[in-house]
This record gives sequence, C-alpha cells and structure tokens, in this order.
Amino acid sequence: MNLTLHVWRQNGSKTSGKLVTYNANNVSEDSSFLEMLDEVNEGLIANDEEPIAFDHDCREGICGSCSMMINGVAHGPERHTTACQLHMRSFKDGDEIYIEPWRAKAFPIIKDLVVDRNSFDKVIQAGGYVSVSTGGVPDANAIPIGKDYADSAMDAAECIGCGACVASCKNASAMLFVAAKVSHLALLPQGQPERKNRVLNMVKTMDDAGFGNCTNQYECEAACPKGISVEFIAKMNRDFLKAGLASKD
Amino acid sequence: MDLNARIPDGPLAQKWEKHKFDTKLVNPANKRKYKVIVVGTGLAGAAAAASLGELGYEVSNFCFQDSPRRAHSIAAQGGINAAKNYPSDGDSVFRLFYDTIKGGDFRSREANVYRLAQVSVDIIDQCVAQGVPFAREYGGLLANRSFGGAQVSRTFYARGQTGQQLLLGAYSALSRQIGLGHVTMFPRTEMLDVVLIDGKARGIVVRDLVTGEISSHAAEAVVLATGGYGNVFYLSTNAKGSNVTAAFRCYKKGAGFANPCYTQIHPTCIPVSGDHQSKLTLMSESLRNDGRVWVPKKKGDSRPVREIPEAERDYYLERKYPSFGNLSPRDIASRSAKEACDAGLGVGKSGLGVYLDFEDAINRDGEQTIREKYGNLFQMYEKITAENPYKVPMRIYPAVHYTMGGLWVDYNLMSTIPGLHVLGEANFSDHGANRLGASALMQGLADGYFVIPHTIGHYLASEKFEAVDTSHAEFKKVEAEVNDSTKKLLGINGKRSVDSFHKELGKIMWDKCGMARNKAGLEEAIQKIPSLREEFWSNVKVLGQGESLNQSLEKAGRVADFLEHGELMCRDALKREESCGGHFREEHQTGDGEALRHDNEYAHVAVWEYKGENNAPDRHEETLNFENVKLATRSYK
Repeated sequence: MNLTLHVWRQNGSKTSGKLVTYNANNVSEDSSFLEMLDEVNEGLIANDEEPIAFDHDCREGICGSCSMMINGVAHGPERHTTACQLHMRSFKDGDEIYIEPWRAKAFPIIKDLVVDRNSFDKVIQAGGYVSVSTGGVPDANAIPIGKDYADSAMDAAECIGCGACVASCKNASAMLFVAAKVSHLALLPQGQPERKNRVLNMVKTMDDAGFGNCTNQYECEAACPKGISVEFIAKMNRDFLKAGLASKD
Repeated sequence: MDLNARIPDGPLAQKWEKHKFDTKLVNPANKRKYKVIVVGTGLAGAAAAASLGELGYEVSNFCFQDSPRRAHSIAAQGGINAAKNYPSDGDSVFRLFYDTIKGGDFRSREANVYRLAQVSVDIIDQCVAQGVPFAREYGGLLANRSFGGAQVSRTFYARGQTGQQLLLGAYSALSRQIGLGHVTMFPRTEMLDVVLIDGKARGIVVRDLVTGEISSHAAEAVVLATGGYGNVFYLSTNAKGSNVTAAFRCYKKGAGFANPCYTQIHPTCIPVSGDHQSKLTLMSESLRNDGRVWVPKKKGDSRPVREIPEAERDYYLERKYPSFGNLSPRDIASRSAKEACDAGLGVGKSGLGVYLDFEDAINRDGEQTIREKYGNLFQMYEKITAENPYKVPMRIYPAVHYTMGGLWVDYNLMSTIPGLHVLGEANFSDHGANRLGASALMQGLADGYFVIPHTIGHYLASEKFEAVDTSHAEFKKVEAEVNDSTKKLLGINGKRSVDSFHKELGKIMWDKCGMARNKAGLEEAIQKIPSLREEFWSNVKVLGQGESLNQSLEKAGRVADFLEHGELMCRDALKREESCGGHFREEHQTGDGEALRHDNEYAHVAVWEYKGENNAPDRHEETLNFENVKLATRSYK
C-alpha cells in the first residue's frame, strides 16, 4: 500500500517544530508501524535527509519506549496495542497518517517524536517501592495472599510506563500511571506499612512535575495499551483522602 | 592471561558459605568512600546498583534507555526458576544444579552453577518482599509450573510478564536508592569505553545521548551488566538497542572474552514475514506445556491445516524424544525444527515454520483454561500474524534469543581486568553451551542481589587505590579516542545506511554461524566479515551531528563493534571441533544426528585475548573440572 505521512519534526527542545509530509510507498501490510517508519527512514537517509527520531526498543509491546500519537490517538487505532505492535493491516492504501509526539508540559520534546519522560521516574522515586533491602526477608510463602488480591495487584502492575495516559488526557494528567503503582502496592500486604506516605509523596511529586488533574473523562483507560482500569484512580483517591486525614502534618 | 577461577576449596555445598566468611569486608562507615559504577539497569544491573546503594557505596548507574525500567530483561515472559520445592515434587538445590549443568552440556563451572542454585531460593523471597505479584493458588500460596525441559515444577511466574515484574521490582529498589541519594542515575547515557589506570578498571567514558557530550566517570570498581550480543544476527528477539559495545570495548582493553560462539536459538518464535522485518518476537516456551509441535508428513502438503488427518502429521519431538517430548530443551527443539524445514516439510509462505498446535489442549481443558494460562501470548500472536491460535495452530520458527558466551569472570564475577566485574548475560559463567528456560532471570538476579554485593567488598578491601579523578591523563586520552571515533563515523559520508551493513552481517552470521555450523562456512565468514567491515569504515552514511540526539550515530557505533565481534564468534566456532548445546558443528554428530561432544579435548572454556587491530586474537583455555557430576551424553529420549 501507499501512504502519505505527516510527521512532526523538531530539532531539539528549544526550537519550534512542524509537520513535514513524506510518502511511504510499497508498505507491506505485515510490517509493524515502526517497521514502516524504518523504511521511510532508509529512504530519507538515501536522500541525505536526517531520519525521523523516535523512541523504541523491545518492539514487543512491553518496554514502554514507543510513544507516538497516530492520527491523534496515542499508539494508534487498535485497542490495547502499542505502536510497535500496531501492524499496517490496520490501515488501507491511500491513507493519510499524522504522527506526533506525546504532548504534555511534563514531557518536554527532545527531538521529533522523542520526549523526556523522566518525571515518571521521579514519581516512582518518591515512593513507588517497598522499603526492603536485599536479604533478611521472610520466606516467600510466609504471608499467603488471596488469589483475587494478587490478581488485582497484577492487573495494576501491568503498567508499562509509556505515558499514553498522559498524552491522551486533555489535562495531561498522570493519574492512571500513578494510581496503577499506588494500587499495586496497596493491594498487597507488603505495601501496607508505607501505604499512607506512599500515596501522599507520589501524588505531591506528580503535581510538582506539572501533570494536570483528573476530570474523569477516561481517555487514559481507552488509550492504555495494557487496559489499566480507571477504577485504580478511584482507589488512589480514596487512599489519598484517608492518608490526608490521618496525616500528622 | 590469568584464568584462575578462584574457586573456593571444600565440598561443593559449602563453598559459597565458606567463601563469604573468608572474604574481606569493608567497614560500614568506609563504604561511602568507595565509588562503584554500574552499567546497565536490567535485572543484574538494577539489582546490583540497588543492593550496593543499600550497603552504603556511592553508586553511579548508567543505561542507554530513557528510563532504567525499560532494560530488555523486561521482555522475558515465562518465569524464573528456584529450588524452593514448594510442590514437593522432588526438587532440590542439587537437582537444579544438576539440571543446569546437564542442560549446559557440561560446559560450565560446577561451583558457579551450584551457587546459582543455592541463592535461587533467596531471589523469590526478595521479590515477594518487594511486592512482585507472582501467580498464586486459591489458598494464597505461590503457584509453580514446569518449564523448558525440567521434570519438576520449579518455575515462578507473573502471567506472561515475569521479566517485567521482576525488573519493576529491581527498578523500585533502585528508585528508592536514587530517591535517597545513594545511587546517581544516568539514563540515555551510553558507555563507550573503560578506563584502566595501573592495570585496574577505574572508570568509564560515556556519551550523553541527548546532548552528545562525551564525559568521564571515575570509580574504584566498574560493574558491567550490559546484556548479550544476539543482535549481531540483526534479527533476534533482543531489543533493538541491545548491543555488545560495552563488553567488546572492555575486551579490546584486555578483558578475556569467553565462548563467544555459544548462542541460544529459541525454538518458539514467530516466523519472519518479509524483508521489512526489524526484529523477531518470542512466544514463551511455556506454550510447549500444552502445545504440540508438528509438521505434515508429506512434502508440500497444501491442504488447510485442520484437514490434515492425525495419521499424516509428524509430531517429531514426541516421536524422537518420547520422555521429554514437546518440552525438549531449546537447542534440541530448535535443531529439530530446522531439520524438518530443511527436509521441505516446513509450513507457511516461506516454508520456514512448524506448527504449535493447541487443539488437543483446548479439547481437554476447555478454551477458557487455555485463555487464562496464555491469553496475552495468544493475543500477541494474533496481533502480529492476524491468525487466531484458538482456531488454527501457531506457526513458529527458531530465532536468536540469548548468548551464553560473554566476558570471562572468576568465581567473584571479576574479569581478567582487575576491578571490572561482569554480571548477567554479559558474562559467560553459568549456562555452559545452552541455557535452560527460566534460568536467565535467575542468574541476573543472583549475580546482582546476592553475589556481587559480597565479592566486590572483598576486592575493594583487598586493594590499595591511589586517588584518581577524571582529570587524570588516561581519562583525557580515552575521551579523545572516543571523540575521534565519533567524528570518524560522522565524517565518512558514504553511500550505505548503517542498517544495510547490519543486515548483511546478520545474514552472514545466521547462514554460517547459526543453528548448524561447519568448517567451510565458518572460514568463508571469517573471509567475508573483514571486507564488510572495511566497506563499512569507508562507505557508511551517518547523517546529522554529534552534539545532539542522533540515533544513526548510536547504531553506527554498535554495528562497528558487531562487525568485529561477529568475526570473533566465527573464530571461536571454528576452533571448537565438537558439538555441544547451542553450538552444533555438522562434522561432529552421532549417527542419528545428535550433538557429539569431545570431552577429552574440549571440556574447557575458550577465552579470547585481543591482540590489536591487525592481528588474530589468542585463544586460551580454562579447564573445567567435574568433581560432583559425571559427564554423560545428554539424552532426552
């Protein structure tokens, strides 16, 4: 198939960017969206034009590197699919495709489609862990955990940290990302001792990083390649409220 | 080259305890005076950086990804082994040790493998304490499954995303140390060389991938946890960024490279669909617990798959290896798939594929049960191939997955360069010539959480260190070399893209140094690769600047190293005149096509020493002594 692409090109965070049009010809429907971009890039290199920069690594939908808006939708048209797992059979001959980076104040653009998601790491550093050091922990079966709790914690833990939730939210809110980590640990006995401080510290860091607030539009859940449920946001809100009431400060 | 493995004396089961007692300790108040550099943030790197930070060392941790959470350990699906024996089905530390030694075709060190089996039980405890959501039974205890050629159920798992969950556990421990200021994290930063002062590893030179700035970092010890080199084949299940550069630059500075030819070709990957293919996707081999592998008995059978009657199917693994059947180890399952396809029995458009069929399992257990076990894998398969594996069998073909070879290390995980320690897939130590399923996660975490925190203390406490910072002349010299090589790549301005060279190298490697190797093919590859390398350095086209994000430049540096490393792999494969594990030399096979080892000549580790650009490397040997197991023919029949 032959396609027309409009791709965001921006040479660094300090310059302004623009959409540039390219043709992608003879694209195989079996190729992935990123493989289609690889071939466009080979064509650009042949014409002495710098290839389009985009983040990608595992190309198996699990590392969370790839991050692009495809026709205005985070990761493109397929539900529960990262851009690397999106295949060209989802498009048809003659389509025009707009490709843009995640857009959020907390995710500054580095180049073309590459953004800086370091603020996600900062949120985790503020409390997204259980404070145990290596060694000296109880036997793994010492604390039984009900299968439904373990499964629910796993549902939350599936988050790949790609940032599609932020990119698809009109407020650029990171509530789904933060709620997934808060809930994962709040559902497990291991997470209880630090439960209150965790949610307070992580939410504060989230706010300080410049993410917006949640206004219950649920675009995040719709865009999430792992289908993380907005119920976790409700869960985090309850935890946050309770922790605030119990806080000594 | 000093290849003393420094294996402690005493009975196998007591070596590690004894060694920990015999090692020197660093006083808790003194730990903060030592700087340690950890390169890589996969299971081994993140676990090491977190654990060393907890102990009080001043740690700097580097990764080329935008976040430490994205290292490629994240993609491991199936599970992690541990000799917990929770199901009470006969497992023990000794059995895990024996299975791993045998699975590696008796080409690994007894003492290292035994220690791995011992600490495996601590790993599960540690991960559960971190909040890793392993699968559980209704009673609330941990679930286990059998995996990859094991006859006991010792594999712990978290849906099909075990690697992700273990990595997020290690990443959370690492994040805690970063938050506390014990670890300084450098994401989007690539190590481009190691710096030796007075013969010891004292730091690294890195490139900031966003600004392009080349800078140095000094330390008392360097820990490399930079993964494997499967991407030398271009197409592999590795992440696109996975590379050999850090390990190879250390090799060029004097670190011995052990068994580079030992490559694992994983049997259950989605077949190549065309020239656009950029990487291969693994389907967890846990699928082989319920899927049956077969090809049509008749060549060119073009009937729709469900119309081929049972009697006209060859379930070749069940036929050839009745006691292990579809669960035969990876090297054996891969080679059998190749044989079937070479005989013209392959399926799919390319003929390079075999069926992995769930029909019997679905009829037996119901679709819902199969969906609960493998739902996300079936979904991933359907996304990539547009075929529904609940209705038609999957098509699979082997693909490069893991490299057992790596930098040589002693029992303390230290390379032949004092102070340079190597962990996880980047070292060579535990898997011999073939790695069993669910053992990579185990080794990465064992090295990072439970081995290096002890052994590095011994090194630091034993050595005297002169005060060194990055203004030292040696740092300036290496920085200048790295700068020159970057400028050189940008200045060639030739006609061919980096990827085109990488693909050509990958094809040579797959054809000549892949699942089956022979003398003529390897010699041909050793002729061809240097001329491809020469063309690369005169005709590659790398556009853009050095002083900004430049993904072509990053790739070019990595491919330049693969172009040298691939040749080293072929040299190693040529010199190992036997078949063992993943290394199958066509000249050395039994009458019925099984691998034929030559223990009298090759029960050793081959360690390569770099001798300069225009010289062939030297090959050294570390003899493997087996005191606790008897070398046997590895049979799964």
